Amino acid sequence: MLQLLAQNVLNALQLGSVYALIALGYTMVYGILTMINFAHGDIFMVGCYLSLAAAAFLLGWQANLPLPLVFTAALLFSMVLTALLGVTIERLAYRPLRQAPRVSAVITALGVGLFLENFTLAILGPEPRQFPSLIAMTPWEVAGLTVTPLQILIVLLAGALMVLLDLLVRRTLLGMAMRAISYNRPIVPLMGVPVDRVISITFAIGSAIAAAGGLLYGLAYPVLDPYMGIRIGWWAFIAAVVGGIGNIRGAMLGGYLLGIVEVFTPVFLPSSTYRDFVAFSLLLLLLVFKPTGLLGRPVFERV
Amino acid sequence: MATSDKGKSLLICLGAVLLLALSWALPASGFLNPYIVQVLMYVGINMILTMALNLVNGYMGEFSVGHAGFMAIGAYVSSIITVAVLPRELAPWLFPLVLVMGGLAAAAAGLIVAYPSFRTRGDYLAIVTLAFNMIVKSVLENLEILGGPRGYLGMPRLTNLVWVTAWVLITLLILRNLIYSNFGRGIMAIREDEVAANLTSVDTRRVKIIAFLISAFFTGIAGGLFAHVLQFINPRSFSILKSTDMLVMVYLGGVGSLAGSLLGAAIFTVLLEVLRPLGLWRWVLGPLLLVLLMIFRPRGIMGLREWRWLQPVLAFGGGGQGPTAPGPPPA
Repeated sequence: MLQLLAQNVLNALQLGSVYALIALGYTMVYGILTMINFAHGDIFMVGCYLSLAAAAFLLGWQANLPLPLVFTAALLFSMVLTALLGVTIERLAYRPLRQAPRVSAVITALGVGLFLENFTLAILGPEPRQFPSLIAMTPWEVAGLTVTPLQILIVLLAGALMVLLDLLVRRTLLGMAMRAISYNRPIVPLMGVPVDRVISITFAIGSAIAAAGGLLYGLAYPVLDPYMGIRIGWWAFIAAVVGGIGNIRGAMLGGYLLGIVEVFTPVFLPSSTYRDFVAFSLLLLLLVFKPTGLLGRPVFERV
Repeated sequence: MATSDKGKSLLICLGAVLLLALSWALPASGFLNPYIVQVLMYVGINMILTMALNLVNGYMGEFSVGHAGFMAIGAYVSSIITVAVLPRELAPWLFPLVLVMGGLAAAAAGLIVAYPSFRTRGDYLAIVTLAFNMIVKSVLENLEILGGPRGYLGMPRLTNLVWVTAWVLITLLILRNLIYSNFGRGIMAIREDEVAANLTSVDTRRVKIIAFLISAFFTGIAGGLFAHVLQFINPRSFSILKSTDMLVMVYLGGVGSLAGSLLGAAIFTVLLEVLRPLGLWRWVLGPLLLVLLMIFRPRGIMGLREWRWLQPVLAFGGGGQGPTAPGPPPA
């Protein structure tokens, strides 16, 4: 019984890491622009496909590259290209709406997300793609638990990225600029902070982290389809809201919580098809009782 | 002025009767083929959906992204009534009542959503309605009695062009009168500045909830009509994609405009049919259109403007500068 619990916690940790990585993108953009970037789930999907393309290309090469090298190359490739995608989207679709009502930006984000999904679908066709296995899947038996090297890698890499991001936001000048913009947008440009550049960088970082999440997700659940970003994206979004949107540590906490919800739903309810119901009900309940999320600060509207 | 007001009302009544007569005569005489009639019915249903959503997103300046959930409830409730409750031969006679039941069920669900979410402003309603949409879909998928993910079928084809036209007219009439009433001014005051509205004795919380319920009601009606055209519904038809379609129609036609809602729904629906040969690419074009629209014409075709015949004659000197004339954009 305890073993089963520990095994499930381990699985939840693996899934939660991916959710947390994607939730970070939602929360960073919200923190800095107070805008829900509904296209983020689809940016994750594109990152996933990009790393698949890189991995398939390198494996198809006759050179017999060592797998860790392929993994690193695919990771870097998809992170860089997805970061570019994020910046491009911000530049073309969101920046012209900076002064427009906030609702316009949100609708644009929904449109961009649908565009990415359907564009991918139109080029690649609806057949799901298989992600090649890059990391050894041979399970280890540790104290009666089944642990795969992949699980360790996912949890560690996601953890490392989160620590790095946290340090970036709290300890560097760039992070200070980000926090300043989220604290008071109108005043910050007067202090000589290049707001547009900081926003671009925020999108780049958020998208790159989502791409890393995409590769890790692809390795753990190796079937990709163009609509995968919808479900994962919404879940990561819930994670961001549950943790307190705009709060980076909150997004991490929310991600792991959502991982637990997803893994433990089939344990307590008859089928895993209830997971959406459980997750969104949880979100609603939380919003009723603690509208700012677990770690969020209350916001006062100035008149 | 009074005589011209009367003359206008008479003209509009005549127009409505003519429209109803045409919607009966054209399909019955075989002048329009069934495919075109089908498309026209979808246009009408989408018009109702768009007007209803425009009340919340356009006139009130709130942001609902989950109206497909209300549509699902209207569709399922009315379908269950016609399939399992009503005897077959009575169903065509009681169809309007069935639709109203579906609408009321959707409004009841709307109350559950509205009650907690209008305590604060901002993105709150967006998140809550989104969650609501997902929950409704998830519940329907897990209810084996209703066919689960396979869907629910067996409804007679009760919807015809006359019913659709009638409901479009009813929705138009009710929403138009609502918007130009004192209550409607309260709705628009909330869009312009909620705090100021509150200070000028608009009970903002009550107004918001009631407007949301009315919107949910008509969305439920449209859902019922939709179910009885298609004669088959499944949870996937009411996913977040459907909600996004509604948003596209609202913002294409124009926020805060009934005329815009009619136009937006008609153009979008016909466009999707015309572009059918493009296959998958037509779903690429739709979102692209939405993004371009938001950037280059964020108010849509008729944003915050209205056709003259939809406005009361005495409103600010006879139309043109109606109460929906351009003001500061919704925040």
